[in-house]
Amino acid sequence: MTATKVYVPRETSAVSVGADEVAVAIAREAKQSGTSIELIRNGSWGATWLEPLVEVEVDGARIAYGNVSEEDVPAMFAAGLLEGGEHKRRLGPIMEVGYLIRQDRWTCWRCGLIDPLSLQDFRLHQGFNALEKAFAEGPDAVLDSVTESGLRGRGGAGFPTGIKWRTVAETDADQKYIACNADEGDSGTFSDRMLMEGDPLGLIESMAIAGYAVGASKGYIYLRSEYPLTYAILTRALETARDSGWLGDNIQGSGFDFDIELHLGAGSYVCGEETAMLESLEGKKGIVRYKPPLPAHEGLFGKPTVVNNVITLASVPNIVNLGGERYAGMGVNRSKGTLAFQLAGNIKRGGLVEKSFGVTLRELIDDWGGGTASGRPVKAVQVGGPLGAYIPAAQLDTPLDYEAFVDIGAMIGHGGIVVFDDTADMAQQARFAMEFCAIESCGKCTPCRIGSTRGVEVIDRMIAGEKREENYDLLVELCDTMEDASLCAMGGMTPYPVRSVLKHFAEDFASSGGDR
Amino acid sequence: MSYVLSGHVRDEIEHWKARFPEGRQRSAVISALHAIQHENHGYVTAEQMNAVAEYLDLPTIQVYEVATFYSMFQTEEVGRHNVAICTNISCMLRGADDIVEHVESKLGITTGESTGDGRIYLKKEEECLAACCGAPMMMVDHKYHENLTTDQVDEILDGLD
Repeated sequence: MTATKVYVPRETSAVSVGADEVAVAIAREAKQSGTSIELIRNGSWGATWLEPLVEVEVDGARIAYGNVSEEDVPAMFAAGLLEGGEHKRRLGPIMEVGYLIRQDRWTCWRCGLIDPLSLQDFRLHQGFNALEKAFAEGPDAVLDSVTESGLRGRGGAGFPTGIKWRTVAETDADQKYIACNADEGDSGTFSDRMLMEGDPLGLIESMAIAGYAVGASKGYIYLRSEYPLTYAILTRALETARDSGWLGDNIQGSGFDFDIELHLGAGSYVCGEETAMLESLEGKKGIVRYKPPLPAHEGLFGKPTVVNNVITLASVPNIVNLGGERYAGMGVNRSKGTLAFQLAGNIKRGGLVEKSFGVTLRELIDDWGGGTASGRPVKAVQVGGPLGAYIPAAQLDTPLDYEAFVDIGAMIGHGGIVVFDDTADMAQQARFAMEFCAIESCGKCTPCRIGSTRGVEVIDRMIAGEKREENYDLLVELCDTMEDASLCAMGGMTPYPVRSVLKHFAEDFASSGGDR
Repeated sequence: MSYVLSGHVRDEIEHWKARFPEGRQRSAVISALHAIQHENHGYVTAEQMNAVAEYLDLPTIQVYEVATFYSMFQTEEVGRHNVAICTNISCMLRGADDIVEHVESKLGITTGESTGDGRIYLKKEEECLAACCGAPMMMVDHKYHENLTTDQVDEILDGLD
């Protein structure tokens, strides 16, 4: 009799709520009952609210059990866990869990499904097929597919990936680089981490495809140092890829050389800005560079460099496999394809939801998120990290579409969605935006470095009720200056959340003490 | 110079130097500081920074500025357990400020300080650690703890030697 497959995620969030202990308990119970199991540490499916989420393979179907604790395990065995037996934790077949099946899994489709560190499992699930196809069809075909797909940078800026890649491809140089931005620092975002922990070989394949398309032989992953488990998983995956000839010289006899180095950051939000990240890779302070030159012309060590976010890169293999047209067929207007949205904050069912553009905030928050955790009405939603605007409840039907968000003074960014209920004090949130900028500013340009500190002071005066109108005008002027004159998005976008509070929640300033 | 880089640190530096182009040894600075800090109970000294600069043939300022720019590096002695409580938006919404207050009063220190017995270093406010669905959360010596209550925090902190 073959061993029953049991899946227990080895992913940061699942581990922090006890997945390791659950795995140990399952192994112990199996041993005691003399049954043979194959324990697989998969990535997370993204239904974080159900972690630790255990699955057992029975007759080819994976039966899921949610929120399993170490203490539950003996009773689950007694209830026939290995046969998919009934138990209060049983959710049914994973492919019938509503949170997951209603998604459009294009980029994160292997997360949860496979053993992230098994080359065999990866290959069984189309792993490296896209790289092989790229080798067969040539770099131009890859560039055409990516351009046709309409894929845009998922790190936040939304720049068309095809144009960026072609620029690097057409720039002559003795050395080019692929720099993967895994410095995921936006509050409320975790999709890069989930992808790297759930499908690290997929990211490696994506970077190799990018390298092949633009003529780069070297890639760097800039990973934030706050992700120790991700570092361990990626390190193992890189070794696996090298050992099996999917990285290194003459990959699989294609004549293409490509290798990847995993570089750890050291704690700095601004290093998520592409030029600050390049500075950091060069061993310097994470200080933003002037543009031009663009990194595509002069990037890492002055060489043409593709700088892409994890999710952007990871969207590419399926574009190569299935065609750019297929990807462009999803989404709306100029927002093609899917985005891995992340639900957090005051929400009942937090997690990762990959959907085509065009879905509304209300659908994501109600249909997936189940509303607020507190059960109180939604007051505001911040989309796109700490520099994203606060969107009032009245605008929740806005479709997630880059341009539609620009029209309401907001941005989609990296797809983080943080929900606030009606007890939130938005004046404090405006202050938080300025304070965050003051702490994380790299200090190179004045509007960001000084403006943010002055912003905190002005907002404090408004909250205290000092000369509210005068300070309001001053704050608006300060926002104008920061937006127009900052070097990068750090100072340039800090005004977004501040302005949105002034526009939609001005009454929150008035409700706190003061003389007027 | 009284401080000598350990064999492990030199290996780490060489390892990283080899991963960047010739003449770009400056790229090894961050990794060198990570390695030293790990050996040196969580912080780096001026002597150690000087030694890195000399080893990599860089002006000392290039090492100092990196060590002081990034929040993961400490340039003064800190407690042996690193406790970092996330206070970014999702955690703040779910009571992170109360957790910080509780820990501060429990330990009798404020963020950025270490306990007198050298047991715990309470890191200055941590920014988002991407565990937003389990907010409020904290990281203790590289381990994530989520859905925190003050009771759990007590248990975790009391369990540190």
